[in-house]
Amino acid sequence: MSEPSAVAHKPHVAHEAHHEELGFWRKYVFSTDHKVIGIQYAVTGLLFLLFGFCLMMLMRWQLAYPDSPLPLIGGLFGESRMPGGTMLPEFYNELGAMHGTIMVFLGVVPLAVGGFGNFVLPLQIGAPDMAFPRINMASYWFFFLGGVTMLASFFVPGGAAQSGWTSYVPLSVIAGTGQTWWLIGMIFLITSSLLGAVNFITTTIQLRAKGLTFMRFPFFVWAQFVTAFLLLLAFPPLEAAGVMQLMDRVAGTSFFLPTGLVVSGQVVQVAGGGNPLLWQHLFWFLAHPEVYVLILPGMGIVAEVIANNTRKPLWGYRSMVWSLIFLGFMSFIVWAHHMFMTGMGTAMAAFFQTTTMIISIPSVVILTALIISLWGGSIRFNTPMLFAVAFLPMFGIGGLTGLPLGLNVADIPLHDTYYVIAHFHYVVAPGTIFALFAGIYYWYPKATGRKMNEMLGKIHFAGSLICMNVVFMPMFLVGLAGVSRRLYDGGAAYDFAQPVLHWNVVSSWGAWTLGLFQIPFIFNFFWSIWKGEVTDANPWQATTIEWTAPSPPPHGNFVTAPEAHRGPYEYSVPGAGRDFVPQSEG
Amino acid sequence: MEIPYTVELRRDTGLNNGKIGIWLFLASEVMLFGALFASYILIRTGATSWPRGDTILNVPLATFNTIVLISSSVTMVMAWASLMRHRFGTFRLYMGATVALGGVFLVVKYFEYSHKFHDHLFPSTNNFLAIYFTLTGLHMLHVMGGMAVNAYFWGPGAKLWKTNPEWFTNRVENSGLFWHFVDLVWIFLFPTLYLL
Repeated sequence: MSEPSAVAHKPHVAHEAHHEELGFWRKYVFSTDHKVIGIQYAVTGLLFLLFGFCLMMLMRWQLAYPDSPLPLIGGLFGESRMPGGTMLPEFYNELGAMHGTIMVFLGVVPLAVGGFGNFVLPLQIGAPDMAFPRINMASYWFFFLGGVTMLASFFVPGGAAQSGWTSYVPLSVIAGTGQTWWLIGMIFLITSSLLGAVNFITTTIQLRAKGLTFMRFPFFVWAQFVTAFLLLLAFPPLEAAGVMQLMDRVAGTSFFLPTGLVVSGQVVQVAGGGNPLLWQHLFWFLAHPEVYVLILPGMGIVAEVIANNTRKPLWGYRSMVWSLIFLGFMSFIVWAHHMFMTGMGTAMAAFFQTTTMIISIPSVVILTALIISLWGGSIRFNTPMLFAVAFLPMFGIGGLTGLPLGLNVADIPLHDTYYVIAHFHYVVAPGTIFALFAGIYYWYPKATGRKMNEMLGKIHFAGSLICMNVVFMPMFLVGLAGVSRRLYDGGAAYDFAQPVLHWNVVSSWGAWTLGLFQIPFIFNFFWSIWKGEVTDANPWQATTIEWTAPSPPPHGNFVTAPEAHRGPYEYSVPGAGRDFVPQSEG
Repeated sequence: MEIPYTVELRRDTGLNNGKIGIWLFLASEVMLFGALFASYILIRTGATSWPRGDTILNVPLATFNTIVLISSSVTMVMAWASLMRHRFGTFRLYMGATVALGGVFLVVKYFEYSHKFHDHLFPSTNNFLAIYFTLTGLHMLHVMGGMAVNAYFWGPGAKLWKTNPEWFTNRVENSGLFWHFVDLVWIFLFPTLYLL
């Protein structure tokens, strides 16, 4: 086995004589290069995450100190939203609905799938680009339009959507104009994700390098591959539901409006005969697979980072892959566990409770395999690894606290309480978002040729880990006390909530401190572009194919088309000269 | 930079990129229309009364439209087959006919719609008409999309035939797959809405 010289990894710019120079707009704005599109997605997604977080920080003021004027910035929001700096319930509802929508559809998914998927997946399978580069560009710009529509909806009369990120009917049908904008925005976002999903699947099947069989895929590739199928097949029913809700609002149909619906003491003059449960079924048919769209790319990132930093192969790679595929299938038949309280009947509830218990098995297999992968490794605790390791218990808490919600009987007292908020935020916030941070620190050198600062990274990590738990752990207590998640005063109006109200203050201060601890990250992210430590093509001594491309990779990615000769995680192979054997090394 | 397997087939999958892409797209379309058909079933089974389609809708016109769309699928296949036999002239003829038949379908649909509006039958009138207008409207958008793509291959897109005939033939085949899908949706729509 020959030692590959560092020279072989240097970009051969002169070699690319046929490489045409593109203008600024074609190169950085309307680019068809998967790496540029990936970075566009990632940066836009990060901005939306920050924006969605700001909405939440505003809400946390109202929850901690109901009806007291917000100091300093309270006057900026206008008399129609916060008269005298005190938040109106309508504005609180707006913030809540848009926080959910923005975090899920404009923040996490675009970053996890659009950002990491676009940037890393083609590199990891040794492809020169996506299978359909122009469709890829269209996917980003549809997403962008969707984002603009959502943001613009804050400024229409009556403000943005106020019916929750779930947009339950009939509330959403009789709501103000913002809801129409929400629906149009969603149709843009669904189009974007459809184009992305077709591209990801085709690219994975067709453009993988010679010798890269499916069981030689890095786990991240598998995660993106399964995620793309979920996006492809689960989103269209929501599109159908969105079209029907749009018809209800604009054309006066009654798909979701039952006969004799009374609003403010008046019977609504519509044809009637509609079914409000239909919306919930169609919505959750998307939104449960969507939960796995949120978590699977995160698991993929964590698997890469853990294998790399334990210097060991992943434990149980095959079981993990089969679990992933099984999880993908099962995620389509668990949706109604969100609807135990709708009176859909015990037979239905029993079925969905059973499938829900079954789907927890593959998740546990993957999580356990990742934990066992740590065993006996000589672990390098760099920033990506810290985030990846923290993901395991945080996702574990989120996952395990979900089990009582999946059981019909246990769900009844917990439904719609802060317990549910705590549960899914543990999955998505210190779970997925930690995995995404791990991925940013891990692949940053590939995108820029420089490492992010370790010291700032560790401050960011420690602060975020503590604050996340301060924010969400108290919500379990508040939820178990029975406080509903939908109250704009955090429960202050109810006697039974009084003993737990102080936890709202703790959560809020946790959230604001969490905001402060993102400042080192934001600074680090930009500072390192110019001042970070310069690295070679493979700073982490990793095995997967993306690290054989120059950093940053040129248009077309690889100097010579790579070939895969072995599995993805050949670390610490006995008898090898180094503790890693790259997948593409002949 | 060239994307591999845009035209030639990858040996181990036996497919080119476009073929996989279009089938994935169609899978997602099946889920879209599937959800609407499922909603139709749910709303109809929950309704106290539901009109039979032929008491409100014009069955002869829809039958005519069914024949038009099926014919257009035939001309679509002939257009692709002409390219396979390297007869560009006949391709133009058949592709033109496909687009024209799509146009006939739209014209008939226009008369159907305006007749309903004239009789004060709107989507808001009842849920039968709501689902009728939603399903046929969405289908109509698909017909327009398919016509736009086919018209492009009939007109400016046909330049590709001169430089890369194989690629052009593949593209026409993929657009044909979409057109057949649109046809197939109508074949489900017609009995569901007009006859049952």
